[in-house]
Amino acid sequence: MGNYILKRIMSIIPVFLLAALLTTGMVHLSSVDPAEAYLTAAHIQPTDEILAQKRHEFGLDQPFFIQYANSIMKICQLDFGISYVSNMPVWDEVIYRIPATIQLAIASILIAVFVSVPLGFLAGVKKGSAIDHFSRLISFFGASIPTFWLGYILVFFFSVKLNLFPVEGIGTWQHLVLPSITLALPLIAMYTRLLRASVLENLQQPYVLFARTRGLKEKTIMTKHVLRIAISPMITGLGMNLGKLLTGTIIVESVFSWPGFGRYFIEAIFNRDIPVIQCYVLIAASLFILSNLIVDVVQMYIDPRISRKEGQHR
Amino acid sequence: MITSIRTIFKSQKVIPICSTILGILFIIAILAPWITPNDPIAVNLAYKLQPPSWDFPLGTDHLGRCNLSRILYGARISLGFAILIFISSLAIGLIIGTFSGYKGGWIDHILMRFCDGVMAFPSLILVLGLVGIFGPGLSQVILALMLVQWVYYARMFRGMVLSLKEQNFIFAAKISGSSQWKIIKNHIIPNVLPPLVVMGTLEMGWAIMDISAMSFLGLGVQSPTPEWGAMIHEGKSYIRTNPELMLYPGLSIMLVIVTFNLLGEALSERYGVKRRF
Repeated sequence: MGNYILKRIMSIIPVFLLAALLTTGMVHLSSVDPAEAYLTAAHIQPTDEILAQKRHEFGLDQPFFIQYANSIMKICQLDFGISYVSNMPVWDEVIYRIPATIQLAIASILIAVFVSVPLGFLAGVKKGSAIDHFSRLISFFGASIPTFWLGYILVFFFSVKLNLFPVEGIGTWQHLVLPSITLALPLIAMYTRLLRASVLENLQQPYVLFARTRGLKEKTIMTKHVLRIAISPMITGLGMNLGKLLTGTIIVESVFSWPGFGRYFIEAIFNRDIPVIQCYVLIAASLFILSNLIVDVVQMYIDPRISRKEGQHR
Repeated sequence: MITSIRTIFKSQKVIPICSTILGILFIIAILAPWITPNDPIAVNLAYKLQPPSWDFPLGTDHLGRCNLSRILYGARISLGFAILIFISSLAIGLIIGTFSGYKGGWIDHILMRFCDGVMAFPSLILVLGLVGIFGPGLSQVILALMLVQWVYYARMFRGMVLSLKEQNFIFAAKISGSSQWKIIKNHIIPNVLPPLVVMGTLEMGWAIMDISAMSFLGLGVQSPTPEWGAMIHEGKSYIRTNPELMLYPGLSIMLVIVTFNLLGEALSERYGVKRRF
């Protein structure tokens, strides 16, 4: 078990190095000169002298792979450079905005889990019933509605027409309701679908037949046996979808003027604030990789057969 | 209502119905310049925010532009660029994936590690990162989407080639002296086609969603070009007085995506292809 986790952690390192290479290389390949972008963002008239000075300051006059090594060293110390726009360290700006995004993400994950676990489970157990068709409808439309449009539809009905929730901003719990529902719907669609398929698959397994022969109550079989194993792909889904959730926060934060990391990233794109862009992409990648790792470990606790399978392979 | 939904999902008519809807949309997209009642970018402040009339069947927006004309022209952008992204990323993926799987060895290893690296990023974040470096604009968005999407096709083709390579009819063809190109063309590509059609259909839906999301954020299509995502972006300021400004483009996006998704699902059921979630 410990060995497996250690191996997984080791496998992250090359992926992380590649991610850092991509973010450093991106700037190198593009036609953008960071020194010039900095001066434009800071409203300084670029002269050859200042440009050369800035290039030296950013280390742009060094060979590419030294720049790469330097950037990795800096990233390990959580130094993502200075924002061109605010002249503050990028990391400080990010730390200031991340809690709002995490709040939004956690709220929507909770909504998604609380809706999709019962829905997907019942849909699988009672296949062909009304609830099953309802779940199919939800998962179909949830996957087809553009998030940004859904946000405005909710705003129109619940804020403009019914005046129940604020249109935008952050503060009370009422502010959180519409953005987190908007963010949760695509997740609900996916998890409901995953869980339903997984329950259906598990019902065909011999262990269900065996439990029935043993005379266990149907309710016990379903909740203690089937649900416990069937939920495993959903947990993988949670980890795999963290990327989708992140892109979701970018859009939802723009729709609801939520002062989080995602909106900051979009502002940075408009301002060509390159250190912020690099920082976001790197953090997103790291988060994605880490969450996949955590998912694997959690899954092993839930379904120990996985680690045994892994053992057989080696 | 539930029974009618069930019949729609179950019936074998899904494929012809969806294909017809998409066919009509494509014809609209192609014929947009001839069938639109008004110029989609002609600003006329005297006619701003008009209700529907004979001249403007869906009313006008905040700059007095005809909503219907803009929606019809929007189909042109969404469908056109989705096809462009699909075909080009498919072509890149086909060449690299087939080559990689067929050759094997260290070339295969390097290419696939690169694909792993790209796939380690959530795709839209990589697109946003690329747009951030290259700067906002439609062509940058299209380029970024292509650069991200081909990896999935390459993976798919490689996997299929690997499983097909071991099959007996390939050996038979090899022994009977067919050239490598001929084996790929006559034996491998026909086997790869059904899953490709399914993936392509679903991919078109995603591409349209991504383009409109980027335009909505203001990073893709720039005004005054009519595009559905950008129209929602422009219409959002009028949500209290004229909600229809963002209702029409949103419904259009949904119609297209629902149709593509339904079609993709029906096709995958027919050909027994497993979907990528």
